[in-house]
Amino acid sequence: MTKHFFGDTAVLLGRSLRHITRSVDTVVTTTIMPIAMLLLFVYVFGGAINTGSVSYVNYLLPGILLITVASGIAYTAFRLFLDMKSGIFERFQSMPTARSSVLWAHVLTSLVANSISLVVVVLVALLMGFRSGAGVLAWLAVAGMLILFTLALTWIAVIPGLTAKSADGASAFSYPLIFLPFISSAFVPTGTMPGPVRAFAEHQPVTSIVNAIRDLFTQQPVGTDIWIALAWCVGILIVAYFFAMNTYRRKIS
Amino acid sequence: MTANEAQGPAIHVQGLEKSYKELQVLRGVDFDVARGSIFALLGSNGAGKTTVVKILSTLLKADAGTAGVNGFDVATQPADVRESISLTGQFAAVDEILSGRENLVLVARLRHLKDPGKIADDLLERFSLTDAGARKVSTYSGGMRRRLDIAMSLIGNPPVIFLDEPTTGLDPQARIEVWQAVKELADRGTTVLLTTQYLDEAEQLADRIAILHEGRIIVNGTLAELKQLLPPAKVEYVEKQPTLEDVFLALVGADGKNGDTAMTATSAPTE
Repeated sequence: MTKHFFGDTAVLLGRSLRHITRSVDTVVTTTIMPIAMLLLFVYVFGGAINTGSVSYVNYLLPGILLITVASGIAYTAFRLFLDMKSGIFERFQSMPTARSSVLWAHVLTSLVANSISLVVVVLVALLMGFRSGAGVLAWLAVAGMLILFTLALTWIAVIPGLTAKSADGASAFSYPLIFLPFISSAFVPTGTMPGPVRAFAEHQPVTSIVNAIRDLFTQQPVGTDIWIALAWCVGILIVAYFFAMNTYRRKIS
Repeated sequence: MTANEAQGPAIHVQGLEKSYKELQVLRGVDFDVARGSIFALLGSNGAGKTTVVKILSTLLKADAGTAGVNGFDVATQPADVRESISLTGQFAAVDEILSGRENLVLVARLRHLKDPGKIADDLLERFSLTDAGARKVSTYSGGMRRRLDIAMSLIGNPPVIFLDEPTTGLDPQARIEVWQAVKELADRGTTVLLTTQYLDEAEQLADRIAILHEGRIIVNGTLAELKQLLPPAKVEYVEKQPTLEDVFLALVGADGKNGDTAMTATSAPTE
């Protein structure tokens, strides 16, 4: 069984990627909301927000990238839900195919789809005046961080994808994730927030991830933020993976 | 084929029990299915037919009892069982976004077969789907979808095929198309276990019929044996009226497009 794992995963990944290329609109749709927020905050609210010497679009982009991923994984859950509902998941499970390939193909597809969305959002930001003097290494670090973040959220998305009773239920879990960046350093510096809110904002994962990416873009020393950010991503990834696999095992036995 | 596979019944089920929380769905199910035969599991909705099929196709674990498919135990040798079977579930499990041909190629690849393209083309031909092969499945009719679904199940020539309510929700014409496909399968030596809630479907197709009721098989036999359970037939003279199905098929088939199926349709119920 496991000897076919990579081959089967590749075949199933090809299948999901075809889904994406045939309904590019789903990938584009996931970029509309983050792009709209980017426009709204840069051109409407941004002028009133004091971010020091950093231009607002430069300040905002890291948070918007996280929102892009958070809205993108709603489609991961949705695609998985459709496979469960249509019965094709059971068909694959009853075939002499490596069983976990079905899940991994969805996870890798999520990674590809979100990468496309992220590139689109970065291109729009560049048009809006986003500039970074970051070198290749810094960009690679940003990419690595975003991939890790996407993987962590994708494994969270697998859980509702496997268990949801309706399509809305499958994607509803992403709303709080999309909202989380608002109570962080993504849109405004946390210094102006009242005590308890500020305490929450400064100790939730989004702030450290946003700060680390922002420092990488602006060529600042990343300090401890990047380690805290990595710890959050890996921590969420491990916990989500554990629960998702647990849910999956209960589904297939 | 090892000696192990070639002997004994294709499907052997003994004392199968399964509960979902409080609800006891199967309370000790026993039956055997001979190689190359069509076996119909008849029962009303919720009788546990799908549960039996899911256990036999390794999607569910039984609480008690044993089940063997093609000589392999479903609990201890699931990988071998999966090599031996194909499952056509209650709803056509096809990929809507891919074309018919791509669906077939996908399954052939996942079964690790050589030349998936040729396998796909042959099956498209066999199921009269060649013209529609390049079209997205979302544009297919219910009957075409079911045919594709069954075609996908035949890839790799598994010796045992499970069809879970293959004609539920299909129009009469599509039903006959599916029946035709199932009969051809059995003619080629495939063992077919089919579940249905339609009595005429079991009557048309099955070599043996078992009735699953409240989690147990209450009767199991050939059609003739089942008929003997009731008092001998009385002779009554009844004017033979065409059924609405006969009329429908005669009219719809009359445009020439589906002449063949219409012919079998009108003759079938009067046998």
